[in-house]
Formats: sequence, C-alpha cells, structure tokens
Amino acid sequence: MLDLFLAQSAFPQAMGQGVLAHYLFVSAAMFTLGLVGFLTRRNLIIMFLCTEMMFQAAGIALVAFSRYHLNYDGQTFVIFVLTVAAAEAALALALVVFLFRKRDSLSAEAWLEMKG
Amino acid sequence: MTMFAGTLPTLLAAADGPFIATGSAPQWVALMPGLPLLGAALCVLFACLNVKSKLPGYATVALLAGGFVTALAAFLQGPDGYGVATIFRWIHASIGADADASITANFGFYMDGLSMLWMLFVTGLATVIGLYSTEYVASDKGLGYCRFFFAFNLFVFSMASLVMADNLLLLFLGWEGVGLCSYLLIGYFYKKPEAVAAAKKAFIINRIGDLGLLMAIGATFVVFGTLEFRPLFEMIAQGVDGKGQAIGHTWVVVVIPLLLTAGAFGKSAQLFFYVWLPDAMEGPTPVSALIHAATMVTAGVYLIARMFPLYAADDAMVALTVVAWCGAITAFWAATIEFAQYDIKRIMGYSTISQLGFMFAGLGLLGTTGAVFHVFTHAFFKATLFLCCGAVMHGFGGQLSLRRLSGVMWMKGFGITGVCMFIGCLSLSGVPFTAGFFSKDMILAQAFATPDEMIGGATFIGLLLLLTATMTAYYTFRVFFRVFVGPRHFEPGEDDHGHDDGLGHDAHAHHHHNPTEEEEGDALHTGFHPHAPGWAMNGAMVLLAVGTILVASLYFVNKKEDHGWAGTMVRHSTAAYPSPGLAHGKDKPAATTVEPLPLGAPAPEHGQAGKPHAKAGTFLGQDPFKIMYYVSAVLGLIGILAAAWFHAPKGAWGLGIGNRELPSKVRMDAVAARFGPIPKWAENKWYVDELYHAIIVKPLLVLSHVFHAFDKLVIDGLVDLVGALPRWLGTLLRPSQSGVLHGYATGMVAGSAVLIVLVVLVAMWS
Repeated sequence: MLDLFLAQSAFPQAMGQGVLAHYLFVSAAMFTLGLVGFLTRRNLIIMFLCTEMMFQAAGIALVAFSRYHLNYDGQTFVIFVLTVAAAEAALALALVVFLFRKRDSLSAEAWLEMKG
Repeated sequence: MTMFAGTLPTLLAAADGPFIATGSAPQWVALMPGLPLLGAALCVLFACLNVKSKLPGYATVALLAGGFVTALAAFLQGPDGYGVATIFRWIHASIGADADASITANFGFYMDGLSMLWMLFVTGLATVIGLYSTEYVASDKGLGYCRFFFAFNLFVFSMASLVMADNLLLLFLGWEGVGLCSYLLIGYFYKKPEAVAAAKKAFIINRIGDLGLLMAIGATFVVFGTLEFRPLFEMIAQGVDGKGQAIGHTWVVVVIPLLLTAGAFGKSAQLFFYVWLPDAMEGPTPVSALIHAATMVTAGVYLIARMFPLYAADDAMVALTVVAWCGAITAFWAATIEFAQYDIKRIMGYSTISQLGFMFAGLGLLGTTGAVFHVFTHAFFKATLFLCCGAVMHGFGGQLSLRRLSGVMWMKGFGITGVCMFIGCLSLSGVPFTAGFFSKDMILAQAFATPDEMIGGATFIGLLLLLTATMTAYYTFRVFFRVFVGPRHFEPGEDDHGHDDGLGHDAHAHHHHNPTEEEEGDALHTGFHPHAPGWAMNGAMVLLAVGTILVASLYFVNKKEDHGWAGTMVRHSTAAYPSPGLAHGKDKPAATTVEPLPLGAPAPEHGQAGKPHAKAGTFLGQDPFKIMYYVSAVLGLIGILAAAWFHAPKGAWGLGIGNRELPSKVRMDAVAARFGPIPKWAENKWYVDELYHAIIVKPLLVLSHVFHAFDKLVIDGLVDLVGALPRWLGTLLRPSQSGVLHGYATGMVAGSAVLIVLVVLVAMWS
C-alpha cells in the first residue's frame, strides 16, 4: 500500500538538468531569432511573426521549467498566454490589413511621421 | 376665542414670566409647512407637464387654504395644543470625544401663542394673496406662472419652518429659505435689469444681517450647549447658562441679543439695512404684499419676540434700548422719505419700513403685546393697501406715479379698489376704531408707560413716534386724495404687463384721455383703456379689507385679563413679559415687577430675587394707555387734515378744504418750493444709497480690482509657470520620439540588455 502510494507520488519523473538545458537552448535560440528578425526586417507581417516566435520561446522555457520543478503553474500560464496570443494575433493582423490599405505598403517605414 | 379667557390656572400663575410650552403638539401641525411644500412640488410637476392654464395657481390656493384650516384647527385647540411636535430627527451629532457635547436639531415644531398667531396670519394672508395672484400674473401663464407659484409655495413653507421651528437651526433654515424666495420673487421679471439688481441687493444686504444671526446661533450653542427652544428657555428663565453659571451680568445677555438684532434688522429692513426694501418693490405686487409687507419682513420682530427672555435677562436692557431707538429712528426716517416720493408702491414700501420701526420700538420698550398686535393688524391693512396699489398698477399699464393718476375710484370697475384702499388708509393712519389705531396706540402708550430708567430715553422715543404717527396719517392720505379721488385722469405706464385678455392694448401710446370719452366706451379707440380687476383680485381685496375691519375687534377680546387677544397669545409664549403699566391689568398699574420665573419654580421672597422696577410712567399726568386714545386720534386727524389741505380735490372728498382741480397741481408744490433743495433730497431718499455706494460698494469694487490684478499677475503667473515647466522638459525629450519603429525596438532591447546586465551584476555582487 505504502509502496503504491510512494510510486504514484513520484510520478511523473522530474526532468533532469541535462534535458532542461536542451529545452532552454531551443528556447533561447528561438527568442534570439525572433528578436533579430524583429529588429532587422521591415515587413509588418514578418515583424509580427517574429513577436509570435518570441512568445513561443518564452512558452517553451516556461513549460520546461514547469516540468523540471514538477509545478504545473507554468503550464497553466502558457495555456493562457496561447489563448491571449490567438486573440491578439487576430487583432494585429486586422491592424496590419488596415495599415496596408492606408499606404499600399507593408513597410514599417511608411509610418515615419508619427514622431514627437 | 373667549375660550382662552380663564383656561388653565397653572398657566395663569406664570403670567409674568415667559411661558414655556412643555406638552406635545399634535403631529398634524406639520401640514402647515407640509401642504405648501407639496404645492411647490406640484408646481414643478406642472412646469414639466407644460401646463398652460391657471391650474398651478388654483392648486396653490387650495393647498394654502388647507394650511390655513390647519392653523385654525390648531388655534381652536387652545393652549392644550401648545408644545413640541417632532416630525423627524434631522441633525443629531456629538462633537469631539465628549459625550455631553452634542448638537440636536430635529425637524420639530414648537407651538405656542407666538407661533400660533404668526401662522394664523401667514397662512390666511398667503391664501388670499395667492387668490389675487392667480389673476395678477395671468399674463405669464405657462412656465412663468408655475415659477411664480413654486416660489410662492416655497416661501410659505419656509416661513412656516421659521415661525414654527423648535430650534434655532431649523429657524435659520426657514430664515434663509424666505430670503431665497424673496430673491426669486423680486427678480420674477428677470428681463428687467432693475428687478434683477433689486433682487441681488435684497439678497446681499440680508446676508450681512444673517451673519449676525448665524454668529448669535453659534454663541448660543457655545454658551447654553443646546439650540432647542425648550431647554434653552428653561435655562434662560433660571438665569443660568449650560454650565449652571449665572448669565445676568455677563456678555451673554448683551452680545447675543445684539447679534440677533443685526439679523432681525436685516430681514425686517431697519436702520442701516432698510435700503433693500424699497427696491424690492420691483417684484410683482402680490409678492410685495405678502413677503415685503405682511409676513417675511416681520420675521425680525418674531425673532426678537421669540428670544425676548434673553433680551430681558439683561438688567441694563442694553440690547432692548438699541432696538427701541433704532426702531423709532427708522420709523421717523422712513416717514420723512415718504413725504417726497411719487411712486405709490414705493410709498407703501417706506411705510412698511416705518411701521416695522414702530414694532421694534414696541419690543424695545418692553411692550411685546403691542408690538405683536401691531404685526398682526399691519399684516392685514398693509396687504390691503398693496393689493389695491397692485390693482391700479395692473389696470394702468404699470403706472404708479402719484402725479399721473387721479380719481381712479370713479373709473369703471375700480370702485371696489377705491373702497378697500380707503379702509386700508384709515387703518394705517390710525383713525379711531380701526385696527391700526388700537395696535399703534399700545406701542405709543408703552413708550410713556415704560420709565426712562429702564429704557433710556423712552419718553423721547414716544414723542418721536407720536410725530411719526402724524406723518403716517399725512402721507397715507396724500396717496388716497391724489390717486383715488378728484378729477378722473390717467396716463398709462410703459408696461403692458397684466393684460391677458388679448384685446391688443397699445400700452405704449401715451395718450391723454378725456375721461368722458373713456366712459363712452373704448371700442372707438385704438389707445389704452384701463383694465379693471376681475373677480379674483376684487375678491382678495374685499376679503382683506373686511379682515382689516374685523381684526380691530380683537383688541376687545380678553381685554380685562390680557389687554386684547394678542395679549392672550403673547402671554402663552416666550414673549410674555410684564410690560410696565400693563403687567397687572390697567386697573392697578404695576408698582413693582419681578424677574421672569420658570414654570413651577417656587416664588422668590419679595425683594430678594424680585427686582423692584421703577413705577410705570404717565403721559400728561394720566395713564398713558387711556389718554393715548385721544392724543393719537387728534394727531391722526391733524395728519389727515393736512393731507386734505395740501392734496385733496375740491368737494366732499377733500373734506371741504381741498382745492385740487388738476391731477398734479396741489398746494403742496408751493410749500415745497420754499424749502429749497430739501424736498429734492428727500425724493432722492437722502442719498443713502449713494452714500452706501461711496463708502461700501466703491471701496469693495476698488478692492476687487486689486484682487483681480493680483490674481492675474501672481496667481495666474504661478500656475502658468507650473504649466510651462513640463513643456520645457518636453522640448528636451521630444527628439527621441523619432517615429521610426525599429529605433524604438532597438532602444527597448538595449534598455532590457542594460537592465539584465545590472541584475546579473547585482546578483554576482551579493
């Protein structure tokens, strides 16, 4: 009885430090790609995709840590982030379409007059 | 009414001191203020529904009549119904940590003889004058009509709250309420700049007096720890303050009454404050009749009568002497101005000031009964006079000039107006057996009965008042002889207000009429024709004139016990006071009187607590209350004969001595011419308004310009500086807003990087 209880309480197994490092590496790589993309590209849609990539990088790190600590708050949080990101994507794409119609261009440099 | 004669021996025992109502009054006395408040609400509703008929007026009259019936019912209960009726808890607050220091002001009513008497004439006259108004303001049917009756109702509510309040705070609420309604109604013709200016003047001058009242209320609370009448008057009757210390020779009995007096003088248009009342005649005439003659302006008299025990608690009678002198001087001063006024409504306004002066003199001379009776009779005859003047004004396109009207009484439809005016004039002049005769006599006689040792200069005040009474008879009949009798003549005024029959009067045609043509009918004329009062106005005038005649009989009710009905009412109120010469009936003039005693307190040993007063004075070696009948009758007659000689037309109505043939050519012109510029000065009201303008208004204006400059330069400068600072900082930081999205993104990344490096460094450090 006690054995069964101990076996169940130990399930699932916590992630090892080595495995965690792999996940974090993927996460860091994705985030850097997104950041560099955002800073270098001028196309609004690409820039938007880059922000999404940074989002997901953060999500991967959260899930990895969640598993590492066997604490499910991280995973819960990621589900919320995904939901909000979906809604925000709809809005952002609509905005991009709107901006495109105004200028006939997707370049962020079409909107330079918004300065102080 | 005779049911009061011998009621309740316990009450009679306290005949010499203030009567403090200890019982409880029925709750339904709240209908007296309640029904007019309902009327005010209804008028708002009618305004919202855009009612274009006379409905608001008739609803008001019905509700006010309900209030009058309530007052009658309360009166018929007699002293049994006197007491406190608490309607709801209004203010109840403790002050600081001290449990004893708390302030209680309930929405409660204190019914005694004084508030009862006031409510009788306030509700009664409001009803009758409301009826008159339904016709008078009929040209404004619609929103203006609703506005008028809203303020009218609100006024009666406020006046009832003032008079019936059982604490000083509720009294103050009513006091300010009547002031507000007075402001609203003086400014009723808000398109007329004079009316607006008059409304503001009345409001502002009243505020000055009200400051005195407010300070008196504050001081009363500090000294006595309560604002409720019953505990307050019990303390005053025992001569102690809230801590049980004697108040007899302290500042309390001098300063608080003087502050109250300032409030009373503001509201009642006495010395220094009176200038607002003549200007208030810009309001519609029914308003002048109700508010600025009969009721509101007597609130000051009420206040002093109500707080009389506090005034009388001072052995030196400082405050009462001030009241008596100021009252007498005001009475005389206003009478001198009237000699040279030509606007009949303004003459009545000054006459009100003068008569109020009589009332204050009566109070100051310790004759509360005479003063209160004069309030009552004056309310009737002055309202009559105003309503008659209003009928003339209404009928002749706002014409009020003595010089442009003549023989009005003989014109078609103005007969009733003339007769009512005659009755009112007789009463105001103090012709024997009229109401004004009896009430004024009581005040005049009191001046001689009250010894000079009690009120300094009482005899001189009496002589001044006798002179003023003579002048009153003169100026009253000056109006009557010139406007109402004599050859028919009129010039219409500028104003076609009041013409609701849509016949297209051309009121602007200054057309001198031949009276015979006018009689033939006006169909041939396109010009102005007089607009006779209709049933509502005539009915109201007749009711008031009959009332004026009837109230004279009140002097004989309970004559032996209380010196008239008013005396009975006063005896059952806090204004009860053993007036010298009246205290124990006329048969045995008072040799000594005692200080007022609280109800049920043991009588003090004679000569210990009792303070021997001087013997009541005499006049021409006689009891002043007996000889004054003859003296004042003769003086009144002299005044009337003088008016007849100088102003009356030829014939019977000129008493055989008048010689006026033309409307405005009178013997007085020649007399006035011999006095050089003096009549002109009097016509300009002795330049008091100009004096106030020079010494008060002008300096304040200059000061306001100084403040304005300071505000513009210093205050605005500081504020602008505060505003300029962020703008200046903004110019420094603005270039960083380049509009380039990638610039922002790079900045953000760089900033984050710096932050991360900092965090890592700090973490490594520690």
